[in-house]
Amino acid sequence: MNFWATPVGWSLMTVGGVMAVTVGVLVSLAFLLLADRKIWAGVQMRKGPNVVGPFGLMQSFADFLKFVLKEPIIPAGADKIVFIIAPLITYILAFGSWAVIPFAPGWVVSNINVGILYLLGVSSLGVYGVIMGGWASNSKYPFLGALRSAAQMVSYEVSIGLIILTVILLAGSMNLSTIVEHQAGGFWNWNMLGGGGWKNWPLIVVMFPMMVIFFISALAETNRPPFDLSEAESELVAGFQVEYSSTPYLLFMIGEYANIVLMCAMLSVLFMGGWTSPIPLPFLHLPFWLSEVVSFFWMAVKMGFWFFMFAMVKAIVPRYRYDQLMRLGWKVFLPTSLVCVVAVSAWRVFVVGS
Amino acid sequence: MDLQAIAFYVLSAVTIGSALMVVTARNPVHSVLFLITTFFTCAGLFVMLGAEFLAMLLVVVYVGAVAVLFLFVVMMLDVDFGSLRSGFARYLPIGGVAAAVLLGEMILVASAVGDRGAAVTTHYGASPYSNTEQIGRVLYTDYIYFFEAAGMVLLVAMIGAIVLTLRHKPGIKRQVIADQTARSASNGMRIITDVKIGQGIDA
Amino acid sequence: MAFAQRVAQAVKGAALMDFVGAFGLAMKYMVRPKATIYYPFEKGPLSPRFRGEHALRRYPNGEERCIACKLCEAICPAWAITIEAEPRADGSRRTTRYDIDMVKCIYCGLCQEACPVDAIVEGPNYEFTVETREELLYDKAKLLDNGDRWEREIAKNLELDAAYR
Repeated sequence: MNFWATPVGWSLMTVGGVMAVTVGVLVSLAFLLLADRKIWAGVQMRKGPNVVGPFGLMQSFADFLKFVLKEPIIPAGADKIVFIIAPLITYILAFGSWAVIPFAPGWVVSNINVGILYLLGVSSLGVYGVIMGGWASNSKYPFLGALRSAAQMVSYEVSIGLIILTVILLAGSMNLSTIVEHQAGGFWNWNMLGGGGWKNWPLIVVMFPMMVIFFISALAETNRPPFDLSEAESELVAGFQVEYSSTPYLLFMIGEYANIVLMCAMLSVLFMGGWTSPIPLPFLHLPFWLSEVVSFFWMAVKMGFWFFMFAMVKAIVPRYRYDQLMRLGWKVFLPTSLVCVVAVSAWRVFVVGS
Repeated sequence: MDLQAIAFYVLSAVTIGSALMVVTARNPVHSVLFLITTFFTCAGLFVMLGAEFLAMLLVVVYVGAVAVLFLFVVMMLDVDFGSLRSGFARYLPIGGVAAAVLLGEMILVASAVGDRGAAVTTHYGASPYSNTEQIGRVLYTDYIYFFEAAGMVLLVAMIGAIVLTLRHKPGIKRQVIADQTARSASNGMRIITDVKIGQGIDA
Repeated sequence: MAFAQRVAQAVKGAALMDFVGAFGLAMKYMVRPKATIYYPFEKGPLSPRFRGEHALRRYPNGEERCIACKLCEAICPAWAITIEAEPRADGSRRTTRYDIDMVKCIYCGLCQEACPVDAIVEGPNYEFTVETREELLYDKAKLLDNGDRWEREIAKNLELDAAYR
């Protein structure tokens, strides 16, 4: 009997996959964080961190050491258990969602059929880390920040859900690998442009705005500027993280960035064809392993593009006010995405046919 | 004992334990947090039954949205825990009756399922469709009227909630962002000449 | 006008024209030469009038300039200077104590303006961080030491600035 089919072999393989994804994401996060800071610095005509290691490449590791070696302070009035659990929840959920992201054909820890719902569910759980952290701190600013960000995340979840529906309607599946394969064969098949060759191109009117709205909702969902109202440092000091220090704060920070990169991965998978090449290259006849690596390369390039956009938005867009944020979410994005769901369904029924 | 059995016992033990903690925890916020744990482990049990769509919906809808609002309300309340616990003996009979009725119903359902076999098999039998598709096929054919009725009820509830809370106070200056961004130098500014000394200008 | 303007406004907003414009501007700035200098290794230019750490100067023959007139103590708006004086053995009037509390000091430069003999000056040094607060309570020895250490720069700055006084 094949060893990898036995329970022991299966467990070993799963644990190996989980380790590979976690370590890979963590290491790439270290450099993405640096890239983030370098991009803001560039826009502001600064140099950014450049002292630790060549070009400051080791900066994130230095920061990591600094955080870990500091003293974790728990406020006297805090609910100690909840206070400690909150960053753990943020961190674990942020990495748990990576389980269903396909990096290349077959490069996925858990290829479940409702992968996209899983992502939605886990990202909706992410609000608990924030809300528990804010409440357990037993302090005013964290509590205000937690309330703000909870309302914000729940609101934008709705429009994200509806946008995801349009993609599901186009692909006819909730499995992320299937969604990617549906867009294979060149950039004209990407969901961004209607998903399904030239004959679906009229849908670009719907799907391109959907991608942009998803991107903006992702900014709100991950509490990134211009929607960083939960940690607006000019009014709430640092929002729900005020009382956190040392490793718990580090966990919040890593969780936040893991979520941001996850949103980049979702944008690439849902709208830009995931691991598929923008121009089909069948004439290359690559060996199997190399074609996998090339697939991974395309996925990484797309994620990098979206991360660049995240960083640029932080650098150039001023912060929203809270009522403007809610107005945008409920009065603009929700109706728009609802109409788009109807439009895509109608297209599926009347033009494509069943 | 295989992996599935271990997972089942762990999940159900956590479910029952946290469900007990929901009613016994002193702090209402802790109660809600335990309630969330219960929902979450229930989702795990659904996955083990092969109902992954239902599990994800439970997480998205109940854990991700409804329980957040619970937590919101409970956190904002200024509850006096002492007075809350004082009526425990008084409400015990009513609570006991409700619990007994629930227990009876659950036993009935469990025995019915035990007679017919697992609840997963619908009258479509072991279909080649995925879980999601199966639910969709039943929901949008056999139960379409119930489904739409439920949708209407929710819509009415939503409109009702909006009507109850929405009130336009007269005499308040509201911000109209479109007006503000539409301002330009040509319509937002005028140049005044010939101002007489000591007389000011009319606005 | 108003309606057409509103429509144009809405279209511009929906097309995220502001964002696109800002993006272009940001990219333009990103490729510009950086305004930052690599501080501990590179330093920006300093004016000869820069008011940094204090120093007490000496005459070229080694005699300290300060004649204990206490004008600096009188003019100091932060009351950071404390001076005690008595005649020395040779009959000249000198300070026995000259303390500056660098924590109180606001670096206004009034002491060096008040000084009739250019004894107390604010030198070009701005890197005098210390680890404890006590180290910032300068006494006469420390100030004279500063004067010896920075004399070349201070003299040059005074010379450069002399034309404007």
